[in-house]
Amino acid sequence: MSEFAVVEAAPPIEVFQLSRDCQADTHPQKINLGVGAYRTPEGKPWILPVVKKAEAQLAKDIDAETINHEYLPVLGLDSFARAATSMVLGKDSPALKEERAFGVQSLSGTGALRNGAEFLFRQLKRTVFYFSDPTWGNHGLIFKNAGFTDARKYRYWNKDTCGFNFEGMIEDLQNAPEGAVIILHACAHNPTGIDPSQEQWGKIADVMQEKRLFPFFDCAYQGFASGDLDQDAWAVRFFVERGFEMFCSQSFSKNFGLYNERAGNLTVVVKDKSLIENMKSQITLIVRAMYSNPPAHGGRIVDLVLKDEQLFKEWCECIKVMSSRIIEMRQGLRERLEKLNTPGQWNHITEQIGMFSFTGLTPEMCQFLLKEKHVYLLKNGRISMCGVTPSNLDYLA
Amino acid sequence: MATCWSKMNKSSSILKRSSLLGQSIPWQPIKMGAPLSARASSWWSGVEMGPPDPILGVSEAFKKDTNPLKMNLGVGAYRDDQGKPFVLPSVREAERIIAQKGLNKEYAPIGGEPEFGRLSANLAFGQGNEIVSSGRNVSVQTISGTGALRVGATYLAKWFPGNKTVYLPRPSWGNHTPIFKQSGMNVDGYRYYDPTTCGFDFNGAMEDISRIPEKSVIMLHACAHNPTGVDPKDEQWKEMSQLVKKRNLFAFFDMAYQGFASGDVDRDAFAVRQFLEDGHNICLSQSYAKNMGLYGERVGAFTVVCKDKEEAARVNSQIKILIRPMYSNPPVNGSRIVSEILTNTALNKQWLEDVKGMADRIITMRQELKDGLANEGSSKNWEHIVDQIGMFCFTGMTPEQVEKITTEFSVYMTKDGRISVAGISSSNVGYLAKAMHAVTK
Repeated sequence: MSEFAVVEAAPPIEVFQLSRDCQADTHPQKINLGVGAYRTPEGKPWILPVVKKAEAQLAKDIDAETINHEYLPVLGLDSFARAATSMVLGKDSPALKEERAFGVQSLSGTGALRNGAEFLFRQLKRTVFYFSDPTWGNHGLIFKNAGFTDARKYRYWNKDTCGFNFEGMIEDLQNAPEGAVIILHACAHNPTGIDPSQEQWGKIADVMQEKRLFPFFDCAYQGFASGDLDQDAWAVRFFVERGFEMFCSQSFSKNFGLYNERAGNLTVVVKDKSLIENMKSQITLIVRAMYSNPPAHGGRIVDLVLKDEQLFKEWCECIKVMSSRIIEMRQGLRERLEKLNTPGQWNHITEQIGMFSFTGLTPEMCQFLLKEKHVYLLKNGRISMCGVTPSNLDYLA
Repeated sequence: MATCWSKMNKSSSILKRSSLLGQSIPWQPIKMGAPLSARASSWWSGVEMGPPDPILGVSEAFKKDTNPLKMNLGVGAYRDDQGKPFVLPSVREAERIIAQKGLNKEYAPIGGEPEFGRLSANLAFGQGNEIVSSGRNVSVQTISGTGALRVGATYLAKWFPGNKTVYLPRPSWGNHTPIFKQSGMNVDGYRYYDPTTCGFDFNGAMEDISRIPEKSVIMLHACAHNPTGVDPKDEQWKEMSQLVKKRNLFAFFDMAYQGFASGDVDRDAFAVRQFLEDGHNICLSQSYAKNMGLYGERVGAFTVVCKDKEEAARVNSQIKILIRPMYSNPPVNGSRIVSEILTNTALNKQWLEDVKGMADRIITMRQELKDGLANEGSSKNWEHIVDQIGMFCFTGMTPEQVEKITTEFSVYMTKDGRISVAGISSSNVGYLAKAMHAVTK
């Protein structure tokens, strides 16, 4: 009798099941609007030219024996962590000037969130966390697996207006217990694509300060949303200016196209730099028991690009290419829908930002699109704009 | 490693005090030169300094030492005879081939590429093994050996229907305990190392194993035991296998040195394969850090041997659910190298030579160290240096002797007397023999 006879079959994860189903579909006009990975206008994955250059350089460095495959430090490549932290906080950040921010190289955004959540649970005994309704499907799982026991939502998406339920969010934060960890999307909210305005961020910060709530930013799209690194990091920097202590998880999956190399960073901002050594030592213990030290390749690529003036410039151009293609597709989709006199309002398609759009379609409509039209999207109505190309725009509309 | 937990209990009461203070201080943006009020109202005031990692701490201290004769025998990373890191020729060639293929950077599946899992299982279990051909293994790519152990520990903590306690050999790799504890498993031990012989305490192990409560988890180092270098003989493994079966224990193998120990990948997998032959449905963590020199690329695999394909499907689905909230999907740079090497006949041959080369150099250094000690006139029995196998050697030196060899000779090792033989080269083995003799005579 096997030990594991008790193990139940787990439900498949929707977004990956969707990809599998789309792969298996033989319909010539099928469109995959599921997983959030950038696609070229031809619908192909894109390896950024600047990434290819960086990899070629790294290959030369290995031949020249200036780098090798040795272990990185537990908290990662120091140079990478500094560059990543500086990228999100801005090199003139008061937190950096005052030496009260540091980075931990992590297994992409997921790993950074997990490292942060583990630390908050184990060291600060936090048990309550909030995520937006809706949010990225993995947020709740990460925090629960890290030990958090009380998962709560703050209102965010208003399905009647296809807009931001700002009042609902504020009310829910007002009612949050002191010390609750609040997951905030730095920009390009996943899955809705709706971000608070600067004024709204101001009010969110007011409530969070008053109620002593802990901000944990998830920044997976810096540069990818508007094409401008500073603009996309505005909310994070604003909170730093306001004096918060906070975590920010960063992913380089989308903005560097490094999905499978798992390059990410956890930025930590504190009030008192004398506490940093203690904190690093505790994060070290968490990392050591999970994966010991991070994978080198992705981190090295990002490090190389961020530190080199020429490569950095080229990268900024790449993110402009990606973000503007998405913005074009949004415009294209909205135009066609309006031209076809499709019932409902479609301005949200262009008002939303980033990879995803919450169409406002019901689960039944999504099923119809899937079954009858071979358009693959999540049942909550989320589409990945990356899957939209000039050639399928008409069919989609 | 238990100390960090007791500290956490202390810190929470400190935190209560500081948050009480915090409530009376009005919130305001940070101004320069306001550290006192900042500290009082910071969330982190209660965070205690964690204990330094004994192994990494050795490297830190080594770096600071200015003695030109200094030796770092701390971290287990292979060094060539010039004391330099070694990128395997087969790895370098694989990288060149892969670069030509122009593969994309799309997300890998949660459990990594199925082919990688299959290749890893075949490497461990033997080409053409029944388990892989019947599809009753779950083999997922993990973040090297640590990641495999963590995924395994988390999986057992959730799904193991028996006693959620893992029994580690005494001693074991220092990181085993925190990995299992942080995953929610209890940790206990069985006798393993005999300090009087610097060898395997077979009788002690058998006695302790026979007393482990039924349906517990027992951790076994497949080869090149870390930190002692002491491995059971084949006949002893056979007896252990029968006893583990009799006690109805679940065997969790940690194989971090396949090929690296004896120079022969099949020889080094003897224990794992013996257990499979005896009918144990084991789980296994594999690392490619040492045997392919892929340390920082973090390539490993975790395998659960299931009853049948149907069970494997269920177990696979649950393991994916544990991986996703940890890191979503694994990094591919290293695993692509592994897959290339294991599928490319010429590269595979090259790799087997590369790994034998590393193992042979280590075996040679062991012999030279033992000879060196004899030449110095040491009257002690140093046979264990050549009897032990793999990267590490438990010298038998006491903490006081270790302290002395570090301060007087700048030879760095962990307090338990463990040395990394990989850190010895033909140019410094004489110096090491002299130093060891000086502190142990």
